[in-house]
Amino acid sequence: MSNHMNLTLKVWRQKNDKSTGQFVTIQANNIADDMSFLEMLDIINDDLTRKGEDPIYFDHDCREGICGMCSLVINGRPHGPNQGTTTCQLHMRSFHDGQTIVIEPWRAAAFPVLKDLAVDRTSFERIQQAGGYVNVNTGGVPDANAIPIPKVIADEAFESATCIGCGACVAACKNASAMLFVSAKVSQFALLPQGQTERYERAQAMVDQMDAEGFGNCTNTGACEAECPVGIKMTNIARLNREYLSAKIFSERDIHA
Amino acid sequence: MSSKSKPLFSSSIGKKLIMSLTGLFLCTFLVIHLIGNLQLFKNDEGYAFNNYAHFMSQFAPIKVVSYLLYASIVIHAVYSLVLTIKNKAARPVGYNQKAGNENSKWNSRNMGILGTIILVFLATHMQHFWFQYKFGTTPYIEYNTEIVTGNRQTISSDVLPSNYDGYKIFVNDGVETIQTKDLYKQVAYTFQNPLIVLLYLVAMAALAFHLIHGFQSAFQTIGFNHKRYIGFIRSVGIWVFGVIIPIAFAAMPLYFFFKG
Repeated sequence: MSNHMNLTLKVWRQKNDKSTGQFVTIQANNIADDMSFLEMLDIINDDLTRKGEDPIYFDHDCREGICGMCSLVINGRPHGPNQGTTTCQLHMRSFHDGQTIVIEPWRAAAFPVLKDLAVDRTSFERIQQAGGYVNVNTGGVPDANAIPIPKVIADEAFESATCIGCGACVAACKNASAMLFVSAKVSQFALLPQGQTERYERAQAMVDQMDAEGFGNCTNTGACEAECPVGIKMTNIARLNREYLSAKIFSERDIHA
Repeated sequence: MSSKSKPLFSSSIGKKLIMSLTGLFLCTFLVIHLIGNLQLFKNDEGYAFNNYAHFMSQFAPIKVVSYLLYASIVIHAVYSLVLTIKNKAARPVGYNQKAGNENSKWNSRNMGILGTIILVFLATHMQHFWFQYKFGTTPYIEYNTEIVTGNRQTISSDVLPSNYDGYKIFVNDGVETIQTKDLYKQVAYTFQNPLIVLLYLVAMAALAFHLIHGFQSAFQTIGFNHKRYIGFIRSVGIWVFGVIIPIAFAAMPLYFFFKG
C-alpha cells in the first residue's frame, strides 16, 4: 500500500505568451507517494477539467526520461530535487505530507512561456540547425567500424550525444546560458572523424546562433552540470571553448579564403 | 553552415576570453606585488621597502607593465559589466524560488559583487599610497649607512622638507646617504585607522573568494580542462590565490595596526 499525502501547490499560470501570468495556489489532496510528479499533475488536471476550469499546461511526452520534453522548475530546481532525473522520473515520495511545492516554467528570454508551464524551446533547434549535423555521401551503407575510433573517444562522443535537449542547463544557470547544451552538441561531432569536415564552421555557427538567440554568458558556476538529467559534463564546455577559439585562430578555410 | 562567422570579440566566448586573460594577468601581478611588499615586514625602518618603491616607480619596463595593469583592471571591469547586462537580459522574469546553493557555490554566482568590493578597495588603495607617493605628501626619511660596518642612522620627519627635490643616493666618506619619501611610514600611519584596516580585511576576503572561483574558471574559459593538470590548477587557485596571497596581504594592515 502506498502512503497518501496532501500538498499545497503554487503553480505559475499564464494565459499565453503575451500575458504576464501569476502564481495560483492549488490544493492537491490524497496524492499517492508512488505517483510520478507528472501523474500528480494529471490528477490535478482531471480535477480542474471536471470542474470546467482550464487544465495546467505542461510539456511531456515519453515519460521515461529520454525525450527531454518535461521541464518544470520545482522548488527552485530544474526537474526537482533529485539528481540525474527528469521530471517524469521524479516521484511523489521525494515530498512529504503538508509540503508546499512551487512549480515554475524554465525562465529564459530564449525560452518564452507559451502557456502556464510550457515554454518554447525551438531556440535549441535553431542552434542545432546552424551546425549540429554532418554531411555524408549518398550511396551504399558504409561498413561498420570502417573508420577506427579509439573506444574512449567513441564513448565520450556517445556520452555527449546523450543530451536530450531539455534545457535544464539553461534553467539552472544564473545567466540562462546554453553552453552545456551547445558544448554537448558540438562535442558529439567534434570528437569523431565523421565530424571533422565541418568542425570549425560548426563551432562558430552554433555559438553565433546561441548568442543570437539571447542566451546568457557562461560563468562556469557548474549549476548546469549539477542539474543535467543525463550527466553532461563541464569538460564539454572547455572543449567547446577550445573548438571555437581554435576555429578563430587556426581554421584553414578562413586562412585561405 | 556559412563560413563567415561573427568577429571573435563580439561573441560570448570572445568576451569571456578577454575576462580570462585580463584576470590571469592580474593574478600574476598579485604575486609580484606580494613579494615586493613582504619587505614591509623587515624591521629596518623601511630601508628596503622605500628603495624598492623608488625602483618600481622609476624602472621603465615596470612602468610599461603598470599601464598594462591599469588597462587590464579597466577592461576586466568593463567587460564584466557588458557580460552581466547581457546575462540579466537573458532572464527577464526571475524565479520565485531559488535554490542556487543546491547546484553551485555562492562565490561562483556572486563574482560581480566580489569584484565590485575589490574595485572599490583598489580605488581607495591607490589613493592611500600610489596617489600620495606620486602627487600628495608623505613623510620623509634620510638613511646614513656606514658601508663597512652597516651601521645606520636615520633622520626623519612627518612632512617632506621644503627643499626636497626627489630621491637621492650618494656616498661620502664611506657613508651611503639616501634621501627619500618615506612610503613605509605612510603605510604605518595609514594602518592606524581601524576602519581602513577593516576595509582591507574585507577586500582581501572578497579577493580570496573571487579567485577561488576565478582562477580555475579562467582556465576553463580558454579550454584548459584536462585530467592531468586540472587538479593542479584548482589547487593553485584555492591554496595560492584563495588562501596564501590574501592572508599574506591581510597580514600587512594587521601588522602595522598592532605594531602601533
